[in-house]
Amino acid sequence: MSTCSIEHKNFLKKRRNKKILVHVMQFLIIFCFLVLWEIASKTGMINSFLSSSPSRVVRTFLSLLEQNNLWNHVYITVYETLISFFIASLLGFVIATLLWWFKTLAKIFDPYLTVLNSLPKVALGPLIIIWIGANMNSIIFMALMISLFITIINIYSGFQQIDYYYTTLLKTLNASKRQIFVKLVVPGNKNNIINCLKVNISMSLIGVIMGELLVSKEGLGYLIMYGSQVFNINLVITSVVLLGIISYLMYLIVSLIEKKIVKNY
Amino acid sequence: MKPLLSIRKLKKNYQDLDGEVEALGGIDLDVYEGEILSIVGPSGCGKTSLLSILSNLENKSDGNVKFQNETIKIGYMLQKDALFPWRTILENCLLGLEIQHSLTEESKKRVIELLKTYGLSEFMDKYPSSLSGGMRQRVALIRTLAIDPDILFLDEPFSALDYITRIYLSEDVYNIIKKEGKTAILVTHDLAESISLSDRVAVLSKRPAVVKKIYNIEMKNKSTPMENRKTKEFNEYYDKIWRDLDVHL
Ligand SMILES: Nc1ncnc2c1ncn2[C@@H]1O[C@H](COP(=O)(O)OP(=O)(O)OP(=O)(O)O)[C@@H](O)[C@H]1O
Ligand SMILES: [Mg+2]
Repeated sequence: MSTCSIEHKNFLKKRRNKKILVHVMQFLIIFCFLVLWEIASKTGMINSFLSSSPSRVVRTFLSLLEQNNLWNHVYITVYETLISFFIASLLGFVIATLLWWFKTLAKIFDPYLTVLNSLPKVALGPLIIIWIGANMNSIIFMALMISLFITIINIYSGFQQIDYYYTTLLKTLNASKRQIFVKLVVPGNKNNIINCLKVNISMSLIGVIMGELLVSKEGLGYLIMYGSQVFNINLVITSVVLLGIISYLMYLIVSLIEKKIVKNY
Repeated sequence: MKPLLSIRKLKKNYQDLDGEVEALGGIDLDVYEGEILSIVGPSGCGKTSLLSILSNLENKSDGNVKFQNETIKIGYMLQKDALFPWRTILENCLLGLEIQHSLTEESKKRVIELLKTYGLSEFMDKYPSSLSGGMRQRVALIRTLAIDPDILFLDEPFSALDYITRIYLSEDVYNIIKKEGKTAILVTHDLAESISLSDRVAVLSKRPAVVKKIYNIEMKNKSTPMENRKTKEFNEYYDKIWRDLDVHL
């Protein structure tokens, strides 16, 4: 390892080239898409009123920045997403832990969890507004309904997949249930938990947008709603693009955290 | 001499939806301090069940298990190494000490010494995935020894290994047990292993298992397992135990 052989150098070079290729291709795809979109709308191949165009999106973005306090809408959406993300993650982890701890509880609640998870939550939208009111709490509640159950199910199923043999080993060492949880179940599920967080962040964002479409007076969901009501397609598409960027950034942050705490063994 | 562990009329039935499985049908066995006692018997006769009951992983159905005193500590080495992939070799070896709240600078030093003695110091900070099967099994043994047990239960510790590694590792394990002055119960399928390694061999019957016979392994020139295999007595014991096992193919 100390002396860098030619073979090793070639190996590193190949690895780097592949990485560069992936990045270049990723860039090219979005670039070509934008260029084609722009050309198609400029030449009238598609109706630019109905399908907007990159330059229109940029213009809309700038005017939103100047006139409509865009950052506030972005801030509200991100804020709601983070709140529901943290509540769902924490609650999901705690409930999954309880289910693991009390196996009978898990058996009892298994069908309920499945049903609650697959229930189409949008259908509950009007009800949620009646119960909680047309405010931010409804939006967060809606997002929780969407993200919480899947988080519980995913984390718990990871807990269950811990090799029975490892548990036996800890029992031979006279480990308590708490020790089995702390020394085995949690560290053995680090990757799974991170993956759940990744899913959870997009679920929370979806839930928040759904909630905003229903009740809100602020946020990107509201902009989309408003845009489609007044038939301002530019506004709708700009908001959707912003949403895409936000979800990508959040994903990046979780990935960074992942890189920090997940070791390769 | 008072035995370290005495087992009387130990019975174990497993309950199942389709009925009951009688695994142990009344085991009588004494284990003395400092000896290596091998247990051989047909597959599925209840050897693992016996160790599980002795180490409180399973409840017995009937009978008596008595240790010489309350403070006797058991080290159980399972058939698979069960090394945690997210812990380094050293961290794996310290697991028992952590669990039993006896991890100190001193006990840690002792474990590091063990790793050094058995040729694993280079790998201390590596993860289990970078070890060969034989090394992993050795780490599992050191993990078992780390808590300084009075009696070792070894459940087919070598069965996952190739023949050559197996011979060398059993040599190592023998030396480790004798050097650390431990008492050990070794469950194995391999008659040659049991005869060459142990002081006594207990032969179990088919399920429900009882102790069919116990052999004191006496050899004129008893030395290391590998040398023991070359003696004349070795072959005689092998034939006798083979007949006791009563295997029909
Ligand atoms: N948890 C269990 N539940 C039900 N039956 C069991 C259980 N564990 C073992 N048995 C049954 O008890 C009998 C003895 O099993 P045990 O694992 O002790 O045998 P063994 O001698 O260790 O076998 P092997 O040599 O194959 O390892 C077997 O018939 C097995 O099917
Ligand atoms: Mg067994």
